[in-house]
Amino acid sequence: MSATESYTETFVELIRRASTELPADVLEALQEGRAGEEGGGLACIALDTVLTNVDMAREDSAPICQDTGTPVAWIHYPVGVSTRRLKEDFGAAVREATSRRYLRPNAVNTLTGANTGTGAGRGIPFLHFEEWDEPRIEVRMILKGGGSENVGAQYKLPDGRLGAGRDLEGVRRAVLDAVFQAQGKGCAPGVLGICIGGDRVSAFEETKRQLLRPLKDTNPARELAELEERLLAEGNELGIGPMGFGGKTTLLAVKIGVLDRLPACYFVTVSYMCWADRKAAVSIDEGGEVQWLS
Amino acid sequence: MAELKLPASEKTIRNLSVGDFVELSGRMITGRDEAHKWLIEEQRDEVVPYLKDSVIYHCGPVVGENEDGSYDFVAAGPTTSIREEPYQADVICRYGLRGVIGKGGMGAKTLDGLARCGAVYLHAVGGAAQVLARAIPRVEKVFMLEEFGVPEALWVIQVEHFPVMVTMDSHGGSLHDEVEERSQAKLKELLGQGT
Repeated sequence: MSATESYTETFVELIRRASTELPADVLEALQEGRAGEEGGGLACIALDTVLTNVDMAREDSAPICQDTGTPVAWIHYPVGVSTRRLKEDFGAAVREATSRRYLRPNAVNTLTGANTGTGAGRGIPFLHFEEWDEPRIEVRMILKGGGSENVGAQYKLPDGRLGAGRDLEGVRRAVLDAVFQAQGKGCAPGVLGICIGGDRVSAFEETKRQLLRPLKDTNPARELAELEERLLAEGNELGIGPMGFGGKTTLLAVKIGVLDRLPACYFVTVSYMCWADRKAAVSIDEGGEVQWLS
Repeated sequence: MAELKLPASEKTIRNLSVGDFVELSGRMITGRDEAHKWLIEEQRDEVVPYLKDSVIYHCGPVVGENEDGSYDFVAAGPTTSIREEPYQADVICRYGLRGVIGKGGMGAKTLDGLARCGAVYLHAVGGAAQVLARAIPRVEKVFMLEEFGVPEALWVIQVEHFPVMVTMDSHGGSLHDEVEERSQAKLKELLGQGT
């Protein structure tokens, strides 16, 4: 990692992979969902279309979904690497990926309504930096679409309407309500990233970080692993189905993280990731060697 | 699966029911948040020929520009329709639309507009941007590109075998209402709240 090296081209490739190649764990979950749907109804048609679409996007190196979302990345870096430069390079990569049509120009000036045209804007992309002891840079990113972002929710417990107190049963009730409220609008079947605790800002960040986890991993905290499994089963029992057409596949996975909280606050925060659960990761070692991670 | 040619007559549209899977061929136009506001604030005569007896597609595409100045849709799935709920029924009735394509379904005001003016809500598969872009062989024209930007502009497109499901019809039927009611009953059961 010399002082003059630019990471822009590596980051463009990272973004291309995220936008056009659905990760293996997500594809597998979609295939399992399709196998579990019966008859030839709308749920089957929807999932067949989704699976065909995933193949086409990979073949053509074209965006899986036209809403290429907000690029959100978590960057670990060794001592001495300039985060300002990493930020500049990542911003340049977003602009380049937009001009190559891996991304849609997706940043709009909120006051004037004008599209910046470059894919980048104030707060876009959204980058999290953390220094670590390893001698390499690791970038893990997601593309978070707007439709699914709109059905995210934050609950403040206790919640009388839901009979939800400040315990894991209360968390369960809030999350099931969020799945019900979302119906198919977040492009079901979706993945839930959940945070228990935290404040209104840190909690949403944690929900997004949970989305980096492999769909089939097991939460190291036993009570959370049990809750994840139960919520996945019960969310699917709601019968909302792919696209909200009705069916068995409403959720692909549920991932829960925990942050400490203020005595006065107990938030349950839910981010909904659409079936196009786009994530990609790369490691860049000291010599500039690039390794693509899954 | 039925073929549906655009433009379509009111009679053809009133024959469609919730659960039908149809393929559209012909000319349609895209329009989302900015477009609906724009269409309602004033009568926009220049787009009437593209709306009358056709459908509006809630879509913000990724678009490639060719050297001769023509355009191609690179990725073109539906966006969430419910944001247009305040405008949709009025746009349908004022401009004589026969349908709306989007995702996620719409509300009571739109459902009423569909019945009153003879139109349907057609659900495309959300996120299926490549399948749907391949069903759009040609971009004819664009309105408000400079003002609204690529995703929000009104793109006049030719489609061939464009796959959609009827999820709200012109007789008051809504798959979205049915699924919501059933899932609400199940939610109450899971929460032990009874009905």
